[in-house]
Amino acid sequence: MTTSSSLERLLAAREIVVFCGSGGVGKTSLAAASGLGAAQRVGGKVLVLTIDPARRLASALGLEGIGNVERRVPDDALKAAGIELRGELFVAMLDTKQSWDELVLRHAPDEETAHRILENRLYQNITGRFVQSHDYIAMERLFDLHATGTYDLIIIDTPPTRNALDFLEAPARMAEFFGGRLVRWLTMPYRVGGGRGARVINFASRPFYQLADRILGSQFLQDIAEFFLNFQSMHDGFVSRARSVEALLHDRRTSFAVVTTLEGAPLREAEVFCRELVARDFHLGALVLNKTLPPYLLEPGATAAADVLRAEAPAIAARLGALDVRALADDERSVRVLRTIAESFANFAVVATREAELRTELGRDPEVVADVPFEDRDIADLAGLARLATHLF
Amino acid sequence: MGAAPDLFARRLLFVTGKGGVGKSTIAAAMAILAAERGQRVLLVDVDAKGTIADLFEVPRVGFEPREVFPGVSALAMSTEASLREYLKLNLRIPVLGRLGPLAKVLDFVATAAPGVKEILTVGKVCWEVRAAIDGGADWDLVIVDAAATGHIIGQLDAPRAIQELVQVGMVREQTDWMVELLSDPSITALNVVVTPEEMPVIETIELVASVRERLHVPLGVAIVNRVLPELFTHADEETFEALREPEPSRVLVEHAGEGATAVLDAARLAVSLRRTRAAHLARLREAVAMPTLYVPYLFVRDHGLRVTRMVAEGLGQEMA
Repeated sequence: MTTSSSLERLLAAREIVVFCGSGGVGKTSLAAASGLGAAQRVGGKVLVLTIDPARRLASALGLEGIGNVERRVPDDALKAAGIELRGELFVAMLDTKQSWDELVLRHAPDEETAHRILENRLYQNITGRFVQSHDYIAMERLFDLHATGTYDLIIIDTPPTRNALDFLEAPARMAEFFGGRLVRWLTMPYRVGGGRGARVINFASRPFYQLADRILGSQFLQDIAEFFLNFQSMHDGFVSRARSVEALLHDRRTSFAVVTTLEGAPLREAEVFCRELVARDFHLGALVLNKTLPPYLLEPGATAAADVLRAEAPAIAARLGALDVRALADDERSVRVLRTIAESFANFAVVATREAELRTELGRDPEVVADVPFEDRDIADLAGLARLATHLF
Repeated sequence: MGAAPDLFARRLLFVTGKGGVGKSTIAAAMAILAAERGQRVLLVDVDAKGTIADLFEVPRVGFEPREVFPGVSALAMSTEASLREYLKLNLRIPVLGRLGPLAKVLDFVATAAPGVKEILTVGKVCWEVRAAIDGGADWDLVIVDAAATGHIIGQLDAPRAIQELVQVGMVREQTDWMVELLSDPSITALNVVVTPEEMPVIETIELVASVRERLHVPLGVAIVNRVLPELFTHADEETFEALREPEPSRVLVEHAGEGATAVLDAARLAVSLRRTRAAHLARLREAVAMPTLYVPYLFVRDHGLRVTRMVAEGLGQEMA
């Protein structure tokens, strides 16, 4: 495949490759397969960082319970799957809560503030429970791992956001938010009242706080204010960090691979994604078409053959019956089977034709387009990932 | 009514599933079915990606409900509009612009307070359901094309999370009745769409387990989408395998040309796909132990009302 070497070049030349695409297109498997392939063919230390809360990669890699700390895929597991690496392969999952805690501990001015933040109920809920905090922390963790300089290549599988572009904006949004006036404004009554010991009484003088008090209750407001007041102490560290994360995503060392199947909805999303990446000045490195149906479904000769098999089934069955094969002795049964396979072919050909049309409609950008055929088996282990990798390289 | 006895007798049906399994299509198909059985339905698109418009071939749907099919109205969630409506209904604040700081709160909601975003989504849904029960709405049943499996717990658990955070006040009282409504099995059911593939099945099993463990929302049905047809009976499959032997293959090629090999390959692909999928289904059935409906694979890779209706027909046969 002529395209294959260029994806290999991409993985060899970049330090970070971000895999993105809509849910269910096989992003996680392809990210893992690319990592494995890079460790096989390019060498060096390769890390696959996955964010999916469903822990799919873990089972595929035979590493149940991998956590926030990177782990090397063990030699014996690779050996058992018949895989030889030129480099080393590491995997890590993103533990959102733990990553947030580490971030707080790093940026808090002192231990006491750090603990006050970590124990704040609002903080615990935001970091532990609500999914959108994935977006920022994923990019933050990527930055962190890249900064250690341990890895030659980091492949990251993006969080399953509602809007696939959310995570790209997360660092900028975070910097803007903590640098913004709203946080100052939310914490104001407390500061006016003299810092931490502030009284709720301060609310009474302002219509908004009265209103907010009616809706949310003063305890909640106090939690919010305390949270932001403490967070404010980490402001500078946090903002400059978020800016660095953003800069790294735009850096020439980073590239994006968009994954899609040739189905209507994912494909439309992938097209939007490609356009947006370019418009926002990110490097779009590759478009990977996953689960494409085999090309023989489109052969005109095959369609013609299917028609003949259906139309002339009785004549063919008679000839088959003369072959002295027990399973072909019953003409009626042979006719039924011939018609079934002809019909099944026609069914799959309909889907394959539509795929081919969509593929033609797809623009020529980016240059690297990799085709990964439909697998009739599931990718559930290292051997499966290696098989997948052969289509990518 | 078979596997799903009282599904349409409830008031609130959530439809979740792993990304890419056809969750939105199933939610839309359910809405069509319920409407055809005489219910007035509100279909809520939580992700607001514009899928409803595609599925019904109508112009883009907004926060204001609009009829997209006879008996089916739809709305696309907007947390900002939901908050505005909430403030208007509860506090009688007509124009937000007059309260400068509240505009900032909207920013806050949209960007950095994700819990609030979830509660505004679920809150709006519960509000509509309550209105439906009271007879004050234009619908009897609310069907929600909800968050994907990875997010659904966070979304449906939001009222309880807020309950823990907010001890007093109006919001506290409101989350109280929301939690009650969401956990009432005569009103609410959480339904999961899955395809017979490994990862969707694993995610569904995990989701169902954690719903049972920590979410007090009653489970409805599992809907298996894109089930491939069984091509052969056991005996017919023997015949098919015999056809792939060299001599019979030659007969086929002589009759139908070289292309006959591709036809055999395609059938082989269909058989092995069906087989691996059947194994995943068996695993699913054993692990989730909930009523399961099957919707056949449609050999079209298209969207639009025609396909939505085909899915509704398939689903309807299962619910007949």
